[in-house]
Formats: sequence, structure tokens, C-alpha cells
Amino acid sequence: MTSREIISKYKADKDQLLMILHEVQNNHPQSYISEEDIILIAKHLNTTKAAVYGVVEYYSMFSSKPRGKHIIRVCKSPMCRMLGSADVLTFLQQELGVPVNHTSSDGMFTLELSECLGHCDKAPVMMIDEYLYSRLSEAKIRHSLDYFRTKP
Amino acid sequence: MRLKSGIALIISGPNPKTSAMQHTQIVLKNCDNIRPESFLDYRETGGMNAFKDALSMDPEKVLKEINRAGLRGRGGAGFPAGLKGKYTDESICRYCGQKYIICNADEGEPGTFKDRVIMEKNPHLFIEGMMIAAWAIGATKGYIYIRAEYTQSIQRIETALDNFYSYGWLGEKLDKSKNFSLDIELRLGAGSYLCGEELTLIESLEGKRGYPRIKPPFPAQHGLWLQPTLVHNVETFAHMPYIIRWGAESYRSIGTEKSPGTKIFSVSGDVNKPGNYETEMGISLRELIDVAGGMKDDVPLKTAVIGGAAGSFINSDQMDVSLCFDGMKKIDAVLGSGAVMILNETRDPVDFLAWILEFFKHESCGKCIPCRVGTAQLALMAQEIAGADDKSALLDKMVAEAEYIAENALCPLGASPIIPLSSFNNNVKHLI
Repeated sequence: MTSREIISKYKADKDQLLMILHEVQNNHPQSYISEEDIILIAKHLNTTKAAVYGVVEYYSMFSSKPRGKHIIRVCKSPMCRMLGSADVLTFLQQELGVPVNHTSSDGMFTLELSECLGHCDKAPVMMIDEYLYSRLSEAKIRHSLDYFRTKP
Repeated sequence: MRLKSGIALIISGPNPKTSAMQHTQIVLKNCDNIRPESFLDYRETGGMNAFKDALSMDPEKVLKEINRAGLRGRGGAGFPAGLKGKYTDESICRYCGQKYIICNADEGEPGTFKDRVIMEKNPHLFIEGMMIAAWAIGATKGYIYIRAEYTQSIQRIETALDNFYSYGWLGEKLDKSKNFSLDIELRLGAGSYLCGEELTLIESLEGKRGYPRIKPPFPAQHGLWLQPTLVHNVETFAHMPYIIRWGAESYRSIGTEKSPGTKIFSVSGDVNKPGNYETEMGISLRELIDVAGGMKDDVPLKTAVIGGAAGSFINSDQMDVSLCFDGMKKIDAVLGSGAVMILNETRDPVDFLAWILEFFKHESCGKCIPCRVGTAQLALMAQEIAGADDKSALLDKMVAEAEYIAENALCPLGASPIIPLSSFNNNVKHLI
């Protein structure tokens, strides 16, 4: 589906903005909201490009810069850190060959940090796109990466 | 604090099963017996009977019942839910203008995962609560604002809303005889902790950056699109069906005098069985740790952080504290969202404090200077505690700084760092 088609599904009400941004971003192969999309959305909602851009930049889940096909979010809440999220992060950086907030060279994954993901009873946790992985071990992380690498 | 009763009552009918207070459940009672996506399962456990009761009552009486039950907001502040409803109800007359009802499902307080379990396991329950409250105040439009990271909860709520519409419990045909209709829509956040604060949530719902509004006016007067709006947490709404079905007296017989009912505690860290536990308000930390399987490997407790990042550090001498709003207040601590993070003797509370302060620095929105600069300053100072010659003096300085931020910041985020800091200073300092 094109961005234009997605945007036209929504009513032209300003309170639809976050919903539109989520769907446009999820639909983009590089998981971001491009300048052209921002202009389209602004036009649809009868607002300014600056207003939409301001919202994209404010919320940590939105990006105005190209990212990988899949977004990895490692939880950095106090409980996950106490139970080993630093090791998870080090291992992921090794596996992907990039530091935090960067995209792996094959364009598959962008590694990000997230505040509490709300699964502290199974810490440490991370999300890849909409899937949650808990009680992480190196084997589990490797397995989940492989799943997304081979996913059609 | 003495509990008035240990009698458990379930939503499908008062069940005179006597049991210890750790088994009294209202919200999670049927969670494991029903298919969360099935509306019929929900009906079989007595679901929607409370809403039917509410519709047969005068709206004012519904509000009175909630007020008499002494239900307090489960989002963290513990504000009386009945009063909030009353203010929204009274701000304009029932038929003079649009009122809104919002469910705050933007659960982002570190260490808290209680709303998630309600939304994943029994999503119809809190929506029924929303419907009761909407009828009580005359709201005809509702929103559930949920954080986008809770993907499973989102799916479950979407299904539940579809169910309500297809069985005719939401929408135009809701109650023609009473001229009452209600629409509820789901809206997603996008990773901002601050949007869990009610006025910031409303800004975000309006499609703006999550910057806080100045209070007053409160949402009861000027909420969404500046119309009267009632905002409650998921868990608060989930208590309402019980109150309407079985009455305020029955509800008040559970929990403590000033914090009636039950509370879901999200227990994490060094216990054998971390997870969500619903118990009566007023259970002691010692008992709650037992419920959660005891300390892992029998390593004793060093400190517990209660209520999330904006919560209190308490030490092992305070384990008999009554976990309810007033019990915590007695020891200058807060109950907050019900997060209970357990640290055993091998853990370093200084690290934990530093992580919490880093969190506030990251989540400060930058609108007001005291919070923007202050939270960054506190995060830096926390890094220095471990190597400081005079740790006590440094902590005192941090507490003074946090007090300054709390006094001058615009919104509750700026008022938060003082809570972990002062409790750390009072209760845990001697352990580092």
C-alpha cells in the first residue's frame, strides 16, 4: 500500500495524527517517516509540515531518518539493567556489528534502547517490531535474529 | 494496619469463601478461567450485569456509589475516583455539551505491568467500567489511550471493542429509552512516558507533542478539546463493575479503611516467582514477598523500590509496612502504581538510583527549565556517588536540588525525582 492510500483511509481530524504516523512508518521498508510523507500527512490534516515534523521528532518511536527493516528495542529500565540488559546489548552489538542507534550493514536491523517495556517479571527483555522476547539468553537472541533474517 | 475482612467475593456472585487476604481478587478473579477474546465467556462470569444495573440506576446514584465505596485512583496518585467523576459531572449539565471519558492505558512507570495483565487477560472488564463511568457522567465519546509497545494488549482491546459493538453494547443503539449512546475508540501513544500524565495524554490525543498543560484547569473542567473529561487508569475502571454489582459496603469490607478494595502489585527482581499479584490493600511487604515465592535463593532483602521510578526506597526494617496509600504515607513513602522491585543483599542500590535518575533525564520533555536542567544535573551527580568521599553530603545536595525542581517544575515529572531521592536518603543511605 502506498502512503497516500494509507493516509486517505483516515478521517481528516488532527487527533488521528499519531495513528497515521504509526501506520505509515510500519508500512515503510526502512521503518521511517519520509519528508514526502510528512507533507502528505500535513496536507490531509490541514496543518503545517512543521506541526507534523514536531510530533515525529518528539516521540521516541517515530523516526524521520531511514532505519533498518526491523527495529530492535532493548529495555533499559532499572529492573532489566539489574538483571543483565547490559550483556544483552553487548551481545547484540557484536552480532549486528553496530553500536546503539545504528543500522546493521545488511539493512535488516536498527538497534535501539527503550524505556520500561512492562515485562519486568521476565527481565531482561527486548522487542523486535511487535514481538516481545523475554528472559533473554545469547541462544534466544541469536534464534530471534535468525527468525527475522529468514522471515519473508 | 488491621484488615476488616478476609472474605473473598467474586464478580460472578458473592462467594463466601474465606481465605487469607492474599487470595481476595476483584480484577484478576476470572482471568485464568476465560478466553480473553470471548465476549460470551465474559458474560458467563457475570460480565455486563453491573452495566445493566448502572443503566437502571440514576446516574447520580452511580457516582454516589463509587464515592461511597471509597475507590481511589490506581494510577499512582490515589485520588478519590468518585470525586473526580463528580467534578466532571458537575462542570456542565448532562445535555449542555460534549463530555469525554478516557482510559489511561499508557502504562510506562518502570517496574509496573499490572494494567497489561488486565488488558491481556480480561479486556472486557475495564471497558465495562468505562461504560459505567460514562453513563454516570453523561459522556458519549470515549478513548482508550494505550502505549504502542503493548502489542498484545492492543489486539485484545480491538477484539473486545469489536465484540461490544457487534453485540450492541456500544454505539448508537446502546440504550434508546434513555437516549444514551457511547462510542469508544482506541488510540496509540508512541513511546513517551510523560503522556501517562493525564493532561499530557490529552495533548497527545489531540495529535500534538506530549507537552504538559498547566494545572488548573483540570481535565474535569477543560480536558480533551477543552471539554469536561474524565480520565482514569485501567485498574481503576476495572474496579467499577464490582462496586456497582455488589455495592459500596461489600467493596469497603475489603482492604483498609482509607484504601478500600484490592490492588495488583507487580513484583519483580530477586524473588522466586516474580509476577502480578492481586491482594487486599494493606498487605505487608513481608507477606507480599511470601506470596511471590519468597526471596530468591534465600538471599535476604536489602531494599525494595515501591511504586516505580517515581517511587520510594524502603529497607528491610520496614518490611511490615502496610501496602496501601496511607500505610505508605506513614513512613513518608508512596504506593504509586503498585510496582514492587526487590533488591537482595548482593545488589547495589546506588546503581539502581542512578538508573532511575537517568530515566527522568531521558523522559523530561524539555518544556520547563527546572526539570530539563535539573534532571540532567541529578543524573550526573548520581554517577559521582560511588566515588564520592562524603556520600552523605552529596546525597543531601541532590535532595535539595530535587526539592528545588519539584517546587518549580510545571508537571508531575519534575516533582518525581524527589520521591526516590529523599526515601533513598532516609532509608537506604546507611547501607551503601
